[in-house]
Amino acid sequence: MFGFGLLTGLIVLPLVGAAFILCLRGDDEATKNNARWAALLATLVTFALALWAWRLFDPASAAFQLVEEKRWAGSGLVYKLGIDGISMPFVVLTAFLMPFCILASWESITTRVKEYMIAFLVLETLMIGVFCALDLVLFYLFFEGGLIPMFLIIGVWGGKRRVYASFKFFLYTLVGSLLMLLAIMAMYGAAGTTDITVLLKTAFPSSMQKWLWLAFFASFAVKMPMWPVHTWLPDAHVEAPTAGSVILAGILLKMGGYGFIRFSLPMFPEASQYFAPLVYTLSIIAIVYTSLVALVQEDMKKLIAYSSVAHMGFVTMGLFAMNQQGVQGAVFQMVSHGLVSGALFLCVGVVYDRIHTREIDAYGGLVKNMPLYAVALMVFTMANAGLPGTSGFVGEFLTLIGAFSANSWVGFFATTGVILSAAYALYLYRRIIFGVFDKPALAGIADLSAREIALLAPLLALTIYYGVHPQPILDACAASVAGLIRDYDAALAAVKVAAAAAH
Amino acid sequence: MTPIAFAFAHSLPEILLAAGALVLLMLGVFRGGDGRDWIISELAIALLGAAFLLLFFEIKGSAVVWDGAFIDDPFGRFMKGLVLIGAIVSLILSLDFMRREGIDLFEFPVLVVIAALGMLMLVSAQNLIALYLGLELMSLALYVMAAFHRGNVRASEAGLKYFALGALSSGMLLYGASLLYGFTGTVSFAGIAQAFQAKPSLGLVFGIVFMLAGLSFKMSVVPFHMWTPDVYEGAPTPVTAFFASAAKMAAVAITVRLVMTAFPGAAPQWRQIVVFTAILSMAIGAFAAIGQTNIKRLMAYSSIGHMGFALVGLASGTETGVQGVMIYMAIYLVMTLGTFAAILSMRITGTYVENIGDLAGLARTNGPMAFFLGAMMLSLAGIPPLAGFFAKWYVFNAAIQAGLYPLAVIGVLASAVACFYYLRIVKIMYFDEAAPKFETASPAVTAVLAVSSLLTVFFALWPGPLVSAAGAAAKSLF
Repeated sequence: MFGFGLLTGLIVLPLVGAAFILCLRGDDEATKNNARWAALLATLVTFALALWAWRLFDPASAAFQLVEEKRWAGSGLVYKLGIDGISMPFVVLTAFLMPFCILASWESITTRVKEYMIAFLVLETLMIGVFCALDLVLFYLFFEGGLIPMFLIIGVWGGKRRVYASFKFFLYTLVGSLLMLLAIMAMYGAAGTTDITVLLKTAFPSSMQKWLWLAFFASFAVKMPMWPVHTWLPDAHVEAPTAGSVILAGILLKMGGYGFIRFSLPMFPEASQYFAPLVYTLSIIAIVYTSLVALVQEDMKKLIAYSSVAHMGFVTMGLFAMNQQGVQGAVFQMVSHGLVSGALFLCVGVVYDRIHTREIDAYGGLVKNMPLYAVALMVFTMANAGLPGTSGFVGEFLTLIGAFSANSWVGFFATTGVILSAAYALYLYRRIIFGVFDKPALAGIADLSAREIALLAPLLALTIYYGVHPQPILDACAASVAGLIRDYDAALAAVKVAAAAAH
Repeated sequence: MTPIAFAFAHSLPEILLAAGALVLLMLGVFRGGDGRDWIISELAIALLGAAFLLLFFEIKGSAVVWDGAFIDDPFGRFMKGLVLIGAIVSLILSLDFMRREGIDLFEFPVLVVIAALGMLMLVSAQNLIALYLGLELMSLALYVMAAFHRGNVRASEAGLKYFALGALSSGMLLYGASLLYGFTGTVSFAGIAQAFQAKPSLGLVFGIVFMLAGLSFKMSVVPFHMWTPDVYEGAPTPVTAFFASAAKMAAVAITVRLVMTAFPGAAPQWRQIVVFTAILSMAIGAFAAIGQTNIKRLMAYSSIGHMGFALVGLASGTETGVQGVMIYMAIYLVMTLGTFAAILSMRITGTYVENIGDLAGLARTNGPMAFFLGAMMLSLAGIPPLAGFFAKWYVFNAAIQAGLYPLAVIGVLASAVACFYYLRIVKIMYFDEAAPKFETASPAVTAVLAVSSLLTVFFALWPGPLVSAAGAAAKSLF
């Protein structure tokens, strides 16, 4: 339509929904409901469109597909979109999680519903844009623009320390991204374009690569988040409303990993190899240290937040192992973590809506009154711990294989994280679900409502489905990852030849 | 065309404003009565608008007229356009304010026209004497405007302060100009540029330093920024808007023109100064604003910071750098006018309030205004996809291409710090409990706010016209 393609449709659709909600007048219950339904409808249609894009997508090709390009009226910039096997899963994941976020906020958000829905829809647009952008400036626009709606979501609808958390989230991410912005400018100067497809083929001089790599690393490491710049995440998670946490854990964290795959590894191969030990070290610290920190948490959301940091440690480790298993495992781990951690936050939201506390000690013996909830939480807890048969296992296993073949010590230390993750996940489960059911506040607590079942059932099904049949996601990214690794090795080999010739 | 007709044709807007200002003055004086504004403001707006239109109907290309004192080129026309927009919008903002404060005297619009005339002459100056004439014509009108609210102690203090420090800076500028003249034997920019072909002597370098010091004062760049917060706070708000918009445009324009056309041979010398002041301005603008509670003072520090960012583009000394500065100034003009429109909408029970705390919970009491002001704040902070991001993109890009990496890194870090206080305003409007509601602002003020906010929000969709216009204009300086 108008010369734009499917991906533009994905980006514009949520905005249409937002514009519609903006036009709603009044502040009564009916208007709020209209806003909710409109948001749900917009996200569902977007999801349907994303599925259609998946159908059109050819997984056998490593090239960018559904590409559309427009000159950006005289500004020297380009509007270029496209997806390959690496971005495809994230686009679908984003579109998939959004309806859940809207549903999760159905009853828990009662003030300023219209603004809330608008913020979420705008956020969806920006997130899909990040994964579709094939121009660095466009990517940056979406990447950074996402801060505004998330800042408002945490700050307006968050918990007690929301102001602190929202500022911390915004400023941490901003500082990292600004350094990346300078790197983007430097790349523009060196290559004369910001087109990602061209930059992927550009060989930057190795001294420049290191600086560029560090600048990009500053941004993605904060976003990921990697130890030691992860401290914004627990705060943001704890204070954000449930749906905000889902998006934060499910999608926003993945932008860091996606950035590593899309930019750092293929564009700066030499620097990536040079800095790989640094990334390994930080990943292992993240895996072991934050798992230990998770063990002692008293707040459910905080515990899950720390476990997210640990899981992202597996992702960075797998990525920089730079072999087929490692990278594919990392992609899979990110998708799986998007589903599982999203579901876990939804589970926390379920009990929070009833008791209004996230203190683990306030709960206990929930299995008595909430058997369905106990089942759902169990599956997600197991997936979080990486039990075989759940999607959590596949990603962890693949990244560990990748790490072992790249560097066995890294693999060795990372594997201890598997044990630790089982420890904190099961410990959390025991304290909430089992034990004595004697807390007065818990008396009469109701099991999952129909809406909540509808919310958790699809996620539960997918968690198990991808656990026993990971092929769809692995196949989708296989060709692109293979191409990525081939180019990476070729670039390193070329450097070696050049170095040998210089001697 | 005879030479005199040719000269007239190239300086038509200036001549129109000069004649128009006298006519308006006469009209005000001979109408008698109580000296009230009557419709002089509206006439002045029409006059400035006519001058704005004349910019587009003029002969294309560049020409130096009036014995080499005055240049008419695309760069000048672009910056003059910004100056006139600033003047027109400031006058529009003043209509309601002046009446409410009881200072709606006819002299005010006349002074605005005279100041605008000075700014246009300043932008087009092609030798040191024209520069000084334009600068003083502008400044003298501005001194009076700052103190226009005679009954108000703060306004009088602002006017006095501005006058005393302004006189000092004029002195420095004159001293620098006399050094330049003494060492080169000419006042024309082209002649000075020729003298700089060889390695500049110490006297010339001193001349550059003093010239830039004088101009830095007008741009309110650190370390010549001390007057800014006090004058911004004390002067009547529409006058502050005028200072922050039109006056800034003219000062930056002449600085760019002087540096690029008169000192191209002394790039290492002036670049040091520009880099130094840019870094200090960005840093002071970012850190000093954090503690402010008065929104006009906050905007003063914000403007200091923004001038620092604009100078980053100038420091690169390239054509893309100048283009960046021009884009920056154009976008800054829109943002600053919009913000002052929002400040003029802050009125509780008949009095204008200026505390940031008064904005608390604005999202609940006046949703659209909160959105507009919020967008403006995030745009000033440079968050994409708002216009402010593109402004920063072009100047920092120029700096990176010129190899000024430390400057760019310091710049973006300062912008991250500055982001904190812009976010604080968003936080106060959106997160805090509601404070008393503001009265409905006048339609003109609301329109200015809405239009400038929408321009910043939707700039990303169609940046072409501004970018290419600035590109073409920047070309004429090289």
